[in-house]
Amino acid sequence: MPASHGYWLGVWRKFCKHPGALLGAFLLLCIVLAAVLAPWVAPFDPNQGGIILRLKPFGYDGHLLGTDELGRDMLSRLIYGARVSLAMGVAPVVGATIIGGGLGIVAGFYGKIANGIVMRVMDVFYAFPSVLLAVAIAGAMGGGLIDGMVALTLVFIPPMCRVAETATAQVRRLDFIEAARATGAGGWAIIRYHVIGNVLGPILVYASSLVSVSMLLSAGLSFLGLSVQPPTPDWGLMLSTLVQSIYVVPWVCALPGAAIFITSVSFSLLSNGLGEAMDVRR
Amino acid sequence: MALAFPIAVGVSVVCFALVYIAPGDPLETVVPSDATAATIAVIKHAYGFDKPLAIQYLIWLGRVLHGNLGISIATNRPVSLEVGEALVNTLRLVALAMPAALIIGYAMGVAAARYPGRMLDRIVSGLAMFGISLPNYWVGVVLVIVFAVQWPLLPATGMAPIAPGSIGMFNWSDLRFMILPAISLALIPTGIIARSTRAAVLDVLSQDFVLTLRAKGLDEEAITRHVLRNALPQVIAVVALQFGYLMGGSILVETVFSWPGTGYLLGYAIQNRDVPLLQGIVLVLSMIFVVTNLIADLLQVRVDPRLRRG
Repeated sequence: MPASHGYWLGVWRKFCKHPGALLGAFLLLCIVLAAVLAPWVAPFDPNQGGIILRLKPFGYDGHLLGTDELGRDMLSRLIYGARVSLAMGVAPVVGATIIGGGLGIVAGFYGKIANGIVMRVMDVFYAFPSVLLAVAIAGAMGGGLIDGMVALTLVFIPPMCRVAETATAQVRRLDFIEAARATGAGGWAIIRYHVIGNVLGPILVYASSLVSVSMLLSAGLSFLGLSVQPPTPDWGLMLSTLVQSIYVVPWVCALPGAAIFITSVSFSLLSNGLGEAMDVRR
Repeated sequence: MALAFPIAVGVSVVCFALVYIAPGDPLETVVPSDATAATIAVIKHAYGFDKPLAIQYLIWLGRVLHGNLGISIATNRPVSLEVGEALVNTLRLVALAMPAALIIGYAMGVAAARYPGRMLDRIVSGLAMFGISLPNYWVGVVLVIVFAVQWPLLPATGMAPIAPGSIGMFNWSDLRFMILPAISLALIPTGIIARSTRAAVLDVLSQDFVLTLRAKGLDEEAITRHVLRNALPQVIAVVALQFGYLMGGSILVETVFSWPGTGYLLGYAIQNRDVPLLQGIVLVLSMIFVVTNLIADLLQVRVDPRLRRG
């Protein structure tokens, strides 16, 4: 009888059979590669423009996607912008996963008082709509790259904490945890060896779906001028500066938003596929 | 439900704290830059900045509970007045966007749940995910490009000058300004409501009592009624959440369309470093969210008494 494969191998196989997930993964790969290889892939210098070259349509003089309001090549700015926008979208989620996930695991594992304090504080932040909270924090802090990241991380900590706490609370009840305690394992050891491995799945799935939201929210913050500052290329920022020029080259101005959308959908597809692949019920 | 009060208190603390996360001394926001040390000390005392934080919070809370949200630094008008006017404008948009999102999203969700896994379900689920991943500010820009730039059918920005007393939605000259922003606002809630309705209905359909009803020979129409009634609490929860998000998160769409609502006012407050206005807006909007969720909780229990958490 052939040995049965492990859980994660099964997840990988199911994932590879999921068309939506594969599409999302492929798109993301393209975007990430373009961002990483930007200096070699981008046709022009993203920061160099000229008044004469302002707001040119698609295909003008080698500029495949036209030029922006300062004459800079759109394609190059979109590619370089991928670096900033991706980083701004992913970093807060990573931060929130570590902080919120950690808090949630502690709250879910130790229960009673720790749980009460942590979850009630999270409830207060849950009482704010996320856009409002992000804008309020970033706005109050003055607005800038760091302020934007801090605001977004703070906004994502409560949901991450809740997911981690729920998953941990479920795992905590399982028999093997009790068995581990019976063999004398301390709380921290149990968390490290048993809990984390088991809650990582739901946490990662949720984190990937959160990145899709984070892309929209971080681009939204820079759209409002509260995050990335010019002249750094960032999709949200590009969209906000180009909006004034929609009467000249409408579809060039819509490009940064399309980039945000495609990236967000890719993460969404990826997380959907991951969630379904990890679902042992099917 | 009993949690609502402590949460409201926590929310007010966060709003109060917004002033203190601003860089620099909060005093700088109300004091002109060329003031003498004596003037600064007087103003400091008048605003109560020289008292301990907890006392300052209580004083601020007392004022707020009496309806005094302070004076806007940028416009010199009472914050409550500014917020009140802006709130009405945002409500106009939400009153248009929310019902549309609810009806369309609900219909989509129920339709998808009827034949799970089939073509209709895949299309609906795909559309829902599409809708959720769309940046609503970008949709606003694209809509303006299509309907105002390429084909000049609708105005690109602004709001019609509606007389203060009237509701101002029932004639075309006012309505035409609202269509594009309302569509932009409604997209994400529609997707989320569709997805949640579908999940809720599928959840209920998998319960034993449905099998029992079918075995009893009950006709499809009656079964559908029962199923939808049971799925209602989850739908109510999602709708309330989306309403709250629309009210609180309208800043992006309102900025694109220059729609003078609370979101636009929030942007204005941030640009002008107008802290009292910022605090006032955030407080009002988050309280609306808290109250909305409370009402949703109460409604849920009304619809399904099994949810009573007593």
